[in-house]
Amino acid sequence: MANTDTLAQEAAAADNPVAGIDQTKGDFSYDVSYAFDAGTGLNEDTVRYISSVKKEAPWILEFRLKALAKFRSMPMPTHWATKDLENIDFDKIRYYLSQGQKPKRTWDEVPDDIKKTFERLGIPEQERKFLAGVEAQFDSEAAYSNIKDIVSKQGVIFVNSTEGLREHPELFKKFFGKVIPTGDNKFAALNSAVFSGGSFIYVPKGVKVAQPLQAYFRINAENFGQFERTLIIADEGAEVTYMEGCTAPKFSTSTLHSAVVELVALKGAKIQYITVQNWANNVFNLVTKRGIAHEEAEIKWIDCNIGSRLTMKYPGVVLKGRKARGEVISIALANDGQHQDTGAKMIHAADETTSNIVAKSISVGQGRSTYRGVVHIPKHLKGCKNNTECDALLINTNSRTDTYPAITVRGDRNYVQHEASVSKVNEEMIFYMQQRGLTEGQAMSLAVNGFINDLARQFPMEYSVELKRLIDLEMEGSVG
Amino acid sequence: MSSLVIQDLHVAIGEKEIVKGLSLTINSGEVHAIMGPNGTGKSTLSKAIAGHPDYTITSGDVLLDGASILEKEADERARAGLFLAFQYPSEIPGVSIANFLRAAVQARMAEGEELDATAYYKRLYAKMDMLKIDRKFTSRSVNEGFSGGEKKRCEILQMAMLEPKFALMDETDSGLDIDALRIVSEGVNTLRGPDLGVLMITHYQRLLNYIVPDYVHVMWDGRIVKSGDKSLALELEAKGYDWVKKELALA
Repeated sequence: MANTDTLAQEAAAADNPVAGIDQTKGDFSYDVSYAFDAGTGLNEDTVRYISSVKKEAPWILEFRLKALAKFRSMPMPTHWATKDLENIDFDKIRYYLSQGQKPKRTWDEVPDDIKKTFERLGIPEQERKFLAGVEAQFDSEAAYSNIKDIVSKQGVIFVNSTEGLREHPELFKKFFGKVIPTGDNKFAALNSAVFSGGSFIYVPKGVKVAQPLQAYFRINAENFGQFERTLIIADEGAEVTYMEGCTAPKFSTSTLHSAVVELVALKGAKIQYITVQNWANNVFNLVTKRGIAHEEAEIKWIDCNIGSRLTMKYPGVVLKGRKARGEVISIALANDGQHQDTGAKMIHAADETTSNIVAKSISVGQGRSTYRGVVHIPKHLKGCKNNTECDALLINTNSRTDTYPAITVRGDRNYVQHEASVSKVNEEMIFYMQQRGLTEGQAMSLAVNGFINDLARQFPMEYSVELKRLIDLEMEGSVG
Repeated sequence: MSSLVIQDLHVAIGEKEIVKGLSLTINSGEVHAIMGPNGTGKSTLSKAIAGHPDYTITSGDVLLDGASILEKEADERARAGLFLAFQYPSEIPGVSIANFLRAAVQARMAEGEELDATAYYKRLYAKMDMLKIDRKFTSRSVNEGFSGGEKKRCEILQMAMLEPKFALMDETDSGLDIDALRIVSEGVNTLRGPDLGVLMITHYQRLLNYIVPDYVHVMWDGRIVKSGDKSLALELEAKGYDWVKKELALA
């Protein structure tokens, strides 16, 4: 029996420890008094206010004002996306709210009302357990930012973008706005005008950061717009995993989250960027994420989109150097009243580059999910490969799913593969599971977790557990 | 000692009545077989008892240990001790048998109570050893790409783990070759005991060579028309269902 005991223990350990997980939802908020408030609405004064409280260099203000003009000149992309974008009232949004300018290095120094929010979300605990560094952003600014000594001694920089601009201007300026130009899209322009917070990370040559760095983005205020700006640079041969989590309380009015994330992986570097977002369903989540992978570098986006009213997000990789690799693993769950318009972009710009896209979407009730992808391989390249897989799962007949893969491959020396599938959780499957004692909600949750299981396995365990928990909560709530 | 009492049960699918007044009492430790030609309402009976939403019980009652189960959802009936071994079990892609059973075991625990994962696997492996099932089996996704025999084996393993009071076995022998039939029957015979009542639904007598029932009932046009011991099954095999039909006509 000793053998069985060992095997049983091993099997139990390999499982996700599903039991006993904290069921706290992000739906709560505390009253916080803000020392810095840019007021409601957007004009040049708003931008100047943000820049002045941050004591920014003149070039940054200039960058912001140009971006504002760009934002105003660009039309809403309603023609190809959704009319729902017209419901964003930019005059009713608050663009900058913070309690202070400098993030604290210990949780003890973080003001109580903000600290208890992050404690309730479990951030300090996770930091102790398995993270190399944490940045916790509350509305516009990071309230806490710290990196473990062992990591900072390796020369790794992990600060918020405000500090990054102030303390590492030469590094920042070299890459800032280069991966995603201001005019890339209307929301990238908006972010460029009013950005605040987000992470700035630099990993020196050859340094491999063993544990993940994590950022947590928390929206606390109503009618608020969060515009973090993240820039991650992995120098030659460096490796880093960055994870972000996002939550907001559920307000009756709409909230805007519009981030820009730029990644630069220099020769032979590896960046893995993991997102598990759980926005309340009044949040417009319009995010631009892109990385540049140089020779033999690798960028992998793992993107889990749960919640929000509308998410539009298409993480991309520009494969700039020979043998660069790009990957997007995307999971989207659209529940009633939600629209997940997500996908990936792979721009091949060198020989022998490879890209892989696996997108799985789940549509529940009236929820709508859309896959939108671009794969571009120009004629002069050779030995490029792309694999795209899009799988959709429908739960009940009202849900809708669309796939718009735009794959442009020229020349005859490249290899592309595309597969798409749509499946349904049918009544028989649910009955089968119910007959084994699972409630309808548990049965649907299990079906959804099964559908994404092969992807969830690629996550660090803490995040796959979190993902499973979020799916459980969504599915429990969706049973009529 | 438990009892499953079916009282004058009428079941309809849509407007069409399929089961037309069926009564039967099963006690713990008993194995009952219901035989009958296709289309006579055997599978409808088992699904209706299990609480499938497509089947409407128009009158009559089903009592588990004296209490009606008809107001309960399918999952509540399952947790109360009813198990249906499906004729065509569903596939659940991406969910391993081990995780599926774990969720089912967890669902039977009180709220807030945590499953001891190591103890769970020990119990699972013990049941698999008892049923002579390979350890690798439970890491496969539930029923996905399974042969007919594997699907039935998966049902038997679930039954062993969930330890129901009553098992309804719907055409457990359908689609099985003789080897698979033997394996499945051995499984049922292993689980058979004083704490389990079994209702076996079958079209053919051959299953009853392997699982010897205490009682045999012949179902015809939505009712039980003849009951007896295992010799009734042999008689039926020898004379065919036409024999029952003729008897009915005479009556």
